[in-house]
Amino acid sequence: MRNIENIEDSIREVARKLLNEKKVELVIGYEKGTLPLRTAPCFIDNPDDVDKLAWNASCDANLSKYLIGVDKRIGIIAKGCDARSIIVCITEKQIDREKVVIIGIPCAGVVDRKKIEAEVDGEEILEARVTGEKIMVKGKNFEKTLPKKNFLCDSCLTCRHRNPPICDIMVGNKVPEITSAEGFAEVSYLEAKSADDRWAYFTKELGNCIRCYACRNVCPLCYCKECFVDKTLPLWFGKTNDLSDTMIYHIVRVLHVAGRCVDCGACSRVCPMEIDLRALTKKTEKIVKERFNYEAGISLKEVPPLGTFKLEDAQEFVIE
Amino acid sequence: MSLVKKAFETPEKAGEREIWEPRIIAFLCNWCSYAGADLAGISRIQYPPNIRVVRVPCSGRINPYFLIKSLQRGWDGVLVSGCHPGDCHYVSGNLVARRKFAVLKDIMEYIGVEEGRLNFSWVSAAEGERFSRVVKKVVEKVKALGPAKRLVKR
Repeated sequence: MRNIENIEDSIREVARKLLNEKKVELVIGYEKGTLPLRTAPCFIDNPDDVDKLAWNASCDANLSKYLIGVDKRIGIIAKGCDARSIIVCITEKQIDREKVVIIGIPCAGVVDRKKIEAEVDGEEILEARVTGEKIMVKGKNFEKTLPKKNFLCDSCLTCRHRNPPICDIMVGNKVPEITSAEGFAEVSYLEAKSADDRWAYFTKELGNCIRCYACRNVCPLCYCKECFVDKTLPLWFGKTNDLSDTMIYHIVRVLHVAGRCVDCGACSRVCPMEIDLRALTKKTEKIVKERFNYEAGISLKEVPPLGTFKLEDAQEFVIE
Repeated sequence: MSLVKKAFETPEKAGEREIWEPRIIAFLCNWCSYAGADLAGISRIQYPPNIRVVRVPCSGRINPYFLIKSLQRGWDGVLVSGCHPGDCHYVSGNLVARRKFAVLKDIMEYIGVEEGRLNFSWVSAAEGERFSRVVKKVVEKVKALGPAKRLVKR
């Protein structure tokens, strides 16, 4: 039986050891948030502070974004998906493999706060505790015990790499992978619809976009110093929230993450308009899987599919 | 000549007279397809005058932005043509481009942009006949779809 307290203790132990032995200058992890079901990123450079580190089912943020552009030896706490995005960044030479110590944690899925809030009709949650397979939430006029498996993030429900594929230190025991998970169920459902229906669906979803760029800012793979949407010379696409501009922003965003996205779900978690962004990113994952038989963030040696080619690549889409 | 005149009319004007001719932007690589189009011209091979050509050094030079931007600007169709795989002047430009285009086309169709707005082909410098065939095919496809509405910025 996996015990959260134990994992928390082991994380602290590992962090203390790494800092004491000067193997790393900084450990990036999670600390308890100020609100229930929340955690915040935590940066520890002093071995005396390691007890701040926390681990629970609300540790949803992908911390790998903090590694990019920092020239320090860093230890980082990584779930399966986080480790995969670190691997992608290493293959793209954004992170120096020698300077990062991946503290891998087998992850049984993180809970989706929005789903729980919906369950309690938007009432304020004053206290929450996740123990084993149960979530206990308490508010002013209610107290509920919910089954954890119904309140996991969507990306966790279809996750096929709950154990980090590559890590330096593994904390806790491996969790069984769900191999039965149908990762592309939503994509296949949409693909079966007509182009008109899909257009209607995406214009409705993306039409809500307020262009806050939270999805871009949180994405560990969006590390360009200057993003195409911020450029004014040339002004590629308008900065308005005109439907055409918004659609194009999202099309180009997924084009850029095609073959790199590891479906950590960070973009859809931060979206203030709760847009179904995973319908798009999952599609790119499916395309590269089917076309190039590639899965991002599994190996350090494989070249990203859009950075290479084969003479015999399928070209059924070419008209002549 | 009347066909040429028609093609140059703005879509609004054409609408007034209840004729609509698709406007198609063609990105042709300098070494093969542009020369193929040239050969079609020299050989007096007829093809519909609906295309406007942008000459690019290589199909690998074509940024997917170009194609998306063309649709946003209201072009009814886009044609991209480069050297045959293996014959690229820069050895592998078209092979890298082929992967980019495959992903782009899949995503555009998934989002609901009609199949047929984006077209990719390979035409060598010796294939004037083929170039004319490709253009005819694309014009036919886009005509069947009607004027572009999706992604067009108004």
